[in-house]
Amino acid sequence: MGKVVEIRWHGRGGQGAKTASLLLADAAFNTGKYIQGFPEYGPERMGAPITAYNRISDERLTIHSNIYEPDYVVVVDDTLLTSVDVTAGLKESGAIIVNTSKSPEEIRPLLKGYKGKVCTIDAKTISIETLGKYFPNTPMLGAVVKVSGVMDEKKFLEDMVGSFKHKFASKPEVIEGNIKALERSLQEVKGL
Amino acid sequence: MAIRERLSGNEATAIAMKQINPDVVAAFPITPSTEVPQYFASFVADGSVDTEFVAVESEHSAMSACIGAQAAGGRAMTATSANGLALMWELLYIAASSRLPIVMATINRALSGPINIHNDHSDAMGARDSGWIQLYSETNQEAYDNMLMAHRIAEHPDVMLPLMVCQDGFITSHAIENIDLLEDDKVKAFVGEYNPEHYLLNKENPIAVGPLDLQPYYFEHKKQQAEAMKNAKKVILDVSEEFYKLTGRKYGLFEEYKTDDADAVIVLINSTAGTAKYVADQYRAQGKKVGVIKIRVYRPFPVDEIAQALSKFKAVAVLDKADSFNAAGGPLFTDITSALYAKGIFGPKVINYIYGLGGRDVRTNDIEVVYNKLLEIAETGKLDSVYNYLGVRE
Amino acid sequence: MSKKELKTVSADANWKEITPGGLIDSSGNAHLFKTGDWRSMKPIWNAEKCKQCLLCHPVCPDSSILVKDGKMAGIDYDHCKGCGVCAKACPFKAIDFVEEG
Repeated sequence: MGKVVEIRWHGRGGQGAKTASLLLADAAFNTGKYIQGFPEYGPERMGAPITAYNRISDERLTIHSNIYEPDYVVVVDDTLLTSVDVTAGLKESGAIIVNTSKSPEEIRPLLKGYKGKVCTIDAKTISIETLGKYFPNTPMLGAVVKVSGVMDEKKFLEDMVGSFKHKFASKPEVIEGNIKALERSLQEVKGL
Repeated sequence: MAIRERLSGNEATAIAMKQINPDVVAAFPITPSTEVPQYFASFVADGSVDTEFVAVESEHSAMSACIGAQAAGGRAMTATSANGLALMWELLYIAASSRLPIVMATINRALSGPINIHNDHSDAMGARDSGWIQLYSETNQEAYDNMLMAHRIAEHPDVMLPLMVCQDGFITSHAIENIDLLEDDKVKAFVGEYNPEHYLLNKENPIAVGPLDLQPYYFEHKKQQAEAMKNAKKVILDVSEEFYKLTGRKYGLFEEYKTDDADAVIVLINSTAGTAKYVADQYRAQGKKVGVIKIRVYRPFPVDEIAQALSKFKAVAVLDKADSFNAAGGPLFTDITSALYAKGIFGPKVINYIYGLGGRDVRTNDIEVVYNKLLEIAETGKLDSVYNYLGVRE
Repeated sequence: MSKKELKTVSADANWKEITPGGLIDSSGNAHLFKTGDWRSMKPIWNAEKCKQCLLCHPVCPDSSILVKDGKMAGIDYDHCKGCGVCAKACPFKAIDFVEEG
């Protein structure tokens, strides 16, 4: 069996955690991987905590259950840290990636004694400075790729440039902002 | 060359429907099947299909419209889940007994109540005796492939029965996974045209469909239906063989995974088969002789083939994602045990687990519990409890 | 496809000999089903009194008023169920309605 990377996303309904997980699946797919991207559907409401999952592998995936012992956890909204047990089952060999303006040192005390790597990314600042609005998905995606090393960074960047050009063909003004947001997020993750 | 893609099960189903380009799609939205007609309606709006899309006011009307369209001489398709399937109830039987090869995507969901939108098989299992062919799908790939084969099977002159392609709601319907698609022209050539012998819009030879049929002939018509269902088995295998030559993807009545020298085998349906294969791989690595049998064709039931396949194992667990509430076991379990009895096979010890109802996640440890129990039974030959609930809180 | 010939399905036809699902594969087959023996009352056409207004024809629910060359030509007793509507509709009392037998 090849190595399977398992990722769990925590966000709030309407923030795009599901979309981010699907974007990650897309990006990994484009670099030739086998992928799974699926949200855990519940009584979704704007603002309610939601969970989404990714499996990424070099071999075909057959398992069809939720992820209980993830390699990585991504928290799209740092206000979830106090209400959701985000590190449940998280492997110590893995990492948690939190979208926050705080430092990893400030976040760690909120993580119930988690001993693995704690990384932070200020997706809000990056997003506002590069895109003019708060769209955390692109910087979060960059941070996950950087921390997990699940795919080749350079290949990922090239591929994303291509898909942005395709996706935003009708609004070219946002292409550059998204590329910049990705590049910055790859560089600005803290706690590596 | 296949087209490498990543799609959810619902997207894959809608794309198969687009490539089939049926004459009529009549559907009413219900979670988790809603996306199928939703994606398909966008294909209609884009003009990428020339299907007449009928936005009906209920599932009862959806199936009624399909019956009318199919009887008129067209290819009619729909999609539904759970209570939507239940609302189609009387029409399911009318479609089957009128011998109308309608094809439906059934995105399996728990049938209320209590109300629940998540996956189990209580919807399709309730319709198992309605006269529809039922194909089940572990993955988005299988849902797509089954859909491409559906019309060839349903419309075969020896069959002429409606067919539902089932897959697990949310677990595969809403999960993005890798998939290989066929090119449009290859699908078109494979599926072919629908040329029924009789149809209502044939002005050269007017006909009537669905007449009153009392004691003199009703019984004979039911015998015809039973024969058609028997014929379906061979047709399914023939079409699957042709599909294998086209795609390299092999399908039978059921799939045997690592069963060659197995002592303990789990029999189940749909997405959890993948999780069971994963656990079987791990147990095999530890030298434990376990395997998986995944039922693809549930109606017609492969009674001879499954009895033969199971005869060589010591212990078998049949996993049912629906209970029959007969105080005896789930529908797959009773079908399998009666198949074994009818064929005079009494070797394997067979137990039943009801699992995953209402979308309860089925974890690898749940499958381990089953294999551990089976290995114990295989070792001791002792069987304490036949009808069990897997992982329910006691 | 050409129009199928009307044929009676024999009462002891087996499941291989009848159409799938009871499909009626030819039109006008009600003609083969004789309903004349349902009749307890019988219409009798009186040709001398008949003025050929043909008002009896459209009211007959069983298409049993025989019309030849645009004229009333008698009653089809193989299918007439004896409802008496024709007798009621006739303005000239040219159809009697009597007990069968």
